[in-house]
Amino acid sequence: MPRAHRRRVVGAERVGPYTLLRLDRGPLDPGAPGQFFMLEAPGRPLPRPFSLCLAPPGELAFLIEPVGPGTEALCALEPGDEIRVVGPLGRGYRLDVARPLLVGGGIGIAPLPWLSQALGRPPAVLGFRTAAHAEAAALLPGAEVVVDPVLVTDGIPSGLDLLACGPEPMLRALAARWPEAQLAWEAPMACGYGACYGCAVRIDGELKRLCVEGPVLSGHRLVCHVPGPGRETCPKEAAA
Amino acid sequence: MLLNASGCLDALAAPDVARQLDAFVTKTITPLPREGNAPPRIAETAHGMLNAIGLANPGRERFLAEQLPRLLELGVPVWVSVGGFCAADYAETCAALDGVDGVAAVELNLSCPNVDEAADSAAEIVAACRAATRLSLYAKLSAAHPDVAAVARAVAQAGADGLSLVNTLRGIALDRALRPVLARGSGGLSGPSLKPLALSAVHACYAATGLPIVGMGGVQTGRDALELLACGARDVALGTVLFADPDAPRRVRAELHDAAAEAGVASPEDAFALAHASRKRPGKDGKRPSLNAPGALVRSAGRGPLEDASARARSLPRPAHGRAQARERRPRPAGAAEEGPQGGQGSDRADPR
Repeated sequence: MPRAHRRRVVGAERVGPYTLLRLDRGPLDPGAPGQFFMLEAPGRPLPRPFSLCLAPPGELAFLIEPVGPGTEALCALEPGDEIRVVGPLGRGYRLDVARPLLVGGGIGIAPLPWLSQALGRPPAVLGFRTAAHAEAAALLPGAEVVVDPVLVTDGIPSGLDLLACGPEPMLRALAARWPEAQLAWEAPMACGYGACYGCAVRIDGELKRLCVEGPVLSGHRLVCHVPGPGRETCPKEAAA
Repeated sequence: MLLNASGCLDALAAPDVARQLDAFVTKTITPLPREGNAPPRIAETAHGMLNAIGLANPGRERFLAEQLPRLLELGVPVWVSVGGFCAADYAETCAALDGVDGVAAVELNLSCPNVDEAADSAAEIVAACRAATRLSLYAKLSAAHPDVAAVARAVAQAGADGLSLVNTLRGIALDRALRPVLARGSGGLSGPSLKPLALSAVHACYAATGLPIVGMGGVQTGRDALELLACGARDVALGTVLFADPDAPRRVRAELHDAAAEAGVASPEDAFALAHASRKRPGKDGKRPSLNAPGALVRSAGRGPLEDASARARSLPRPAHGRAQARERRPRPAGAAEEGPQGGQGSDRADPR
């Protein structure tokens, strides 16, 4: 059940263009890999969702890319600052996989270090836009790294259990070839615990809340972020 | 009494949050299922957010069969938010809820900015629902109307037992490339930027009707809730704040008492309607506040189910206090509904302050 906790920042390190924000864990449960937390974005009305990147003893660490006012405010936090944290939320990766391969793209590598630890360091392939972004591969020692224009999807052998997170085109490409792949999606979220209905995406053919059903879904379950038909109308309205 | 704003909490997904409330208000239920608007459906703004969910709900039949029984098991009084596209839509749902044990009240969503509005007037809808149910009916109005007090008077005349004020206001947010963020284009603005509008609407509608009001719009703190009480709200609902802080009901309730003390009133209920010129601060001159005048508030006393609902739905300042509410339950003298506690013609400009 969602409870809000105020947690203290214990570190904020630059990793390439990203920031690894480390919080004092306190009573918070790190949850399962692929689950996420809502972090207060200082000065902004709404919190932001982040999957857990690492769970060092006594800490929770999140990888953040500054892409807007909320993430910029989070990246500007300093040790000693406090923010409201809610989580862990949602459904993470299933860990009952025989031959795991972790696949990450850009900031989507965020949940993979914690997942890798849980699975006993399986092989991983990570893709980045630039060499500067690829510095974040240091969070996942031993991973194969590719940089644009090479794509992570280019050299994936068959017969593996894919666990992935990354930009939507990458996830769609993976879903098309590996419908059983476990993919972590994202959508705009105001609450993270099923209250706002803001993160609805088309899952199993219906608009459903990603924070409740996911964010990790089998490839075949989520088609894409497209609207569906079926708007209800009153006879009166239809006649107008 | 502390509630959630409709559409801002799923009690089945987060029962522990719902249990912090004195009553849970459902998402709006329409006759047929609606999957809602296409994503993206939400956008943050400088001091609030926009949503264009579009009344996503399972429809009346599935709500009654599958969701309502589970909601009633939570041990929290349930208010059902009812929507539709014509008066008959609303009235049919009210009729279906009429005999359901455990439903404390119905809130009529007359003001969703994210669907094309019902062609019938608010008063027509309220009148149709009044004929269909004995349940307590709260009309949820929008501050977008140029004279919300006039709408409030009309729905009061049509048989509303109370008002919910305010719904979101239509707004647009643009992305970096100057295109609307929301797939629908516009959405309902909520959050702190709404508070002054909510205070104004509550102030005007209390003056115009004296009906019990659930005040909402931008409440973040106990002080915000106290201000709504001071404008004439009897109860307060939390909306957007629940998204950022699922412990908000507990926190706001605790802060409310401190906020009252800081404002120099003995308890939150003593702040009731203090923002109205005619309401004297209690205790200063030894006189009883004007609220004490017989029949100052409720015009519909004596309607059985309403009494029941209100007994469950004690006012925000919790039990033990309740004196103001006891006074509110006294019947209004004939004609008083049109006059309101200001003693004027119910104009929202009656208060010279």
